Amino acid sequence: MLKISNLHAGIDGTEILKGIDLEIKAGEVHAIMGPNGSGKSTLSSVVAGREDYEVTQGHIDFEGEDLMDLAPEERAHKGVFLSFQYPIEIPGVTVTNFLKTSINETRKAQGLEPMPANVMLKKMREKMSLLEMDKGFLSRSLNEGFSGGEKKRNEIFQMAMLEPKLAILDETDSGLDIDALRIVANGVNKLKNKNNAVLLITHYQRLLDYIVPDFVHVLYKGKIVKSGDKNLALELEERGYDWIKEEQPA
Amino acid sequence: MPHAPADAVKALRYKQNNDSMSNEDQLLEEVTGSDYKYGFYTDIESDKAPNGLNEDIIRFISAKKNEPEWMLDWRLDAFRKWEKMTEPDWANIHYPKPDFQAISYYSAPKQKKTLDSLDEVDPELLKTFEKLGISLDEQKRLTGVAMDVVVDSVSVATTFKKTLAEKGIIFCAISEAIQEHPELVKKYLGTVVPKSDNFYAALNSAVFTDGSFCYIPKGVKCPMELSTYFRINEAGTGQFERTLLIADEDSYVSYLEGCTAPTRDENQLHAAVVELIALDDAEIKYSTVQNWYPGDKNGKGGVFNFVTKRGICERNAKISWTQVETGSAVTWKYPSCILKGENSIGEFYSVAVTNNYQQADTGTKMIHLGKNTKSTIISKGICAGKSNGSYRGLVKIGPRAENARNFSQCDSLLMGSSCGSHTFPYIETQNKTAKVEHEATTSKIGEDQIFYCNQRGIGEEEAIALIVNGYCKDVLNQLPMEFAVEAQKLLAISLEGSVG
Ligand SMILES: Nc1ncnc2c1ncn2[C@@H]1O[C@H](COP(=O)(O)OP(=O)(O)OP(=O)(O)O)[C@@H](O)[C@H]1O
Ligand SMILES: [Mg+2]
Repeated sequence: MLKISNLHAGIDGTEILKGIDLEIKAGEVHAIMGPNGSGKSTLSSVVAGREDYEVTQGHIDFEGEDLMDLAPEERAHKGVFLSFQYPIEIPGVTVTNFLKTSINETRKAQGLEPMPANVMLKKMREKMSLLEMDKGFLSRSLNEGFSGGEKKRNEIFQMAMLEPKLAILDETDSGLDIDALRIVANGVNKLKNKNNAVLLITHYQRLLDYIVPDFVHVLYKGKIVKSGDKNLALELEERGYDWIKEEQPA
Repeated sequence: MPHAPADAVKALRYKQNNDSMSNEDQLLEEVTGSDYKYGFYTDIESDKAPNGLNEDIIRFISAKKNEPEWMLDWRLDAFRKWEKMTEPDWANIHYPKPDFQAISYYSAPKQKKTLDSLDEVDPELLKTFEKLGISLDEQKRLTGVAMDVVVDSVSVATTFKKTLAEKGIIFCAISEAIQEHPELVKKYLGTVVPKSDNFYAALNSAVFTDGSFCYIPKGVKCPMELSTYFRINEAGTGQFERTLLIADEDSYVSYLEGCTAPTRDENQLHAAVVELIALDDAEIKYSTVQNWYPGDKNGKGGVFNFVTKRGICERNAKISWTQVETGSAVTWKYPSCILKGENSIGEFYSVAVTNNYQQADTGTKMIHLGKNTKSTIISKGICAGKSNGSYRGLVKIGPRAENARNFSQCDSLLMGSSCGSHTFPYIETQNKTAKVEHEATTSKIGEDQIFYCNQRGIGEEEAIALIVNGYCKDVLNQLPMEFAVEAQKLLAISLEGSVG
C-alpha cells in the first residue's frame, strides 16, 4: 500500500529525514518508535504532504501512485489520514460542520454525491458510541478548549468517520488516561481490517499492548536503524535507546 | 405617487419637439409656472437635473417629488448647512475627493435597460450568481432581463402587503410617506441624524429622493422580516437613500437591507442616511448585507460608500445592528445607538471584509445617556490583498448613565502580509459607576489550520471559507437564517484567491 524509498527531506536546508525506506502492506500494523526529535512527526507530515518540508530525494508510493505529485487534500481523498500529535484549533467551526465539510469534499473528489444528513448523523452516533464520546462534542468548536485527551479522541473519531486506507497515528496515546487509551485502542482495532493499514508512532509499549503491531521500527536521527517484530518494542521498553545509539557508527 | 411633476416634464419635452402652439403647450405653461415660482429656470431636456448643486436644483428635486413646502424648507436648510461644512478627512482612508458640482442630483426613476436574455449579461456576474445559488428568475430580476410575470413572486408580494396592512404596519418609499404620512415624517425625520450631523448627512438631507419608510404601531410584532426586496418597483438602490424606521411602544421589527448579489452602479458616490427610532419597550433588529462593486483588482472603479446610520432607544428599548460588508472601494460607516432611555440596549455586530485595494473605516458609536444602559460591540475585520481595514469605535458614558455597561470585542484577521488593520477604540466615561470592557485581537489564518483542513480532504479555498466563517460566527449567528447562509457564501467568494 505504502512504499517509501530512500526518502530525504528537510526544512530550510537542514536535512531531517536522511534516507528512509519503509513498506506497509494492506492489513498490517506498523509501529515507529524513537527518541524525541528523531524525525517521526516529520515523516508523517511529509507523507501527508505538508509543504513546509522539502523532499530532496526519494519516493513515496501509495497504491501505485507517486504521492509527491499530489496536494495534501488529494492524498487525503486517496485515503491517507494523519492523526496529529498536536491537533489544531479552529474557533467557531463545530466538529459536525468540520466533519461534514471533510466528508463531502472527499466524496466530491471521488465523484460521489454529498452524504445525506440522516446517514451522516447515524454514522456519527455510531462512531461516538464506539469511542464512548459525549454527544455534546459535536456542537463544540473544533479542538477549542478541548483537553489533551479529548483532542486525541476527537482525531480518532474523525478517522472512524472518514475510514481511511492508511491511518498514521502520531502519538495518539499521549495525553489519554488509562481508560481512554483502552477505549481509543479498541476503537482502532474495530476499524482495522485486511484492506487498511495503520502506522503508529508512539513512545510507549502500553499502546502496543492493545494494538499489536506486525512490525516495529526504530527511527533515530532521520533513519530507520532497526526493525523487528513486537518484541523489539518490549526490549526498548526495558533497555531504552542507548544500546541502539551505541550500535550506530559515530 | 404624485403625477403632476412627471407630467410636467413630459410636457416640457413635448415642447422642445413641437414648435406649434397647442393645448398641451398651454397646459405646460400652467404647470411649469409653478417651477418658475420657485425660481427654476434651467432648461431641462430630460428627467435629469443638470450637474451641480444649488438652491434651484433642490427646488427642482422637491417640485419633481411634489413635496409639501415644509419638506422643501427642510432641504434648503440642510443645503445651507452643508455649504458651510467641509468634507471630513480624518478617517483612515484615502481616495480622490468627489467633485460635488460634477454630480447630477436627480434623475427620474429610470426604466432599467431590459435585456432579452441572460446571454447578454456579463458572464463574470453570472458565475458569481451561480456560486451564490441565486435562482434563474432572481438572476433575471437582478440583471434586468425581461421576465414573464412570475406568479409566485407577485403573489408573495401581495400577501406580504396584505398581512402588513392588517397589522397597521406602514412600509413604503420615503417619498410616498412624505405624501401619505406627513405627520410621522415631520415628527421624526432628522431627529436622530440632524441635518448638520456631518458633511454627508447634510448632503443627503438636501437631496435624498429614494429610500424606505417604516412604521410599526404600538404593541405590534411585525410577523415577517421586512426587506427592501419586497418593495418591488423600487428595485435598485439610489445614490442618496434615506431610511426612516419607527417602532412605536412595545413593538418589534426585523429589517433587512441590501442583497448579496454584487451591485454595480454607475454612481461612484453613495451617501445614505438611516434613522431608527425605538420607543419605550420596542425592539429593532436591522441587518445589512452589502456587496457594492469594490472596483477591479487594481483598485479602479468601485463605489464610495459614506453612510450615517443611527438609532435612538427610549426606555427599555433595544436596537441591534448587524452588518456584513464585503463591497465598496471605500466604506465609511458607523452604525450607532443613542441609549437615551433607562435599561435600553444597543448592539453592534459587524463583519467587514476588505480585499485587493479596498479601504474600509467602520465601527460604531454607543452613546449611553440613561441609567442601566447596556451595549455590546462585536466587530470582525478580515483584510486580504493590499486592503486596509479600520475599526473605529466610540463608547461614551454620560454623567447620568448610572451602571452603564459596555463590552467590546474587536478582532481582525489578516490574510497575507500586504494588508493592514487598525483599531481605534475611543472611550469617554463621565460616570464612575460605568463598566467598559474592551478586547481586541489580531490573528492570521495559520498555515497549521489550513494544513489540518487539507489533511482532512478540504482544499485551500474551502478551508479559508470554513475558517473565516468560524471566525465570523458570532456575527453571522445574528442574521436571519437565510440571510446568514447567503452571507457565508458571499464571504467565501469575496476572499477567493486571496491566499496562496
Ligand atoms: N518546522 C520545523 N522547523 C524547524 N525545525 C523543525 C521543524 N520540524 C521539525 N524540525 C526539527 O526536526 C527534528 C525532528 O522533529 P520531529 O518533530 O519530526 O521529531 P519527533 O521524532 O516527532 O519528536 P517527538 O518524539 O518529540 O515528537 C527536530 O530536531 C525538530 O526540531
Ligand atoms: Mg513527534
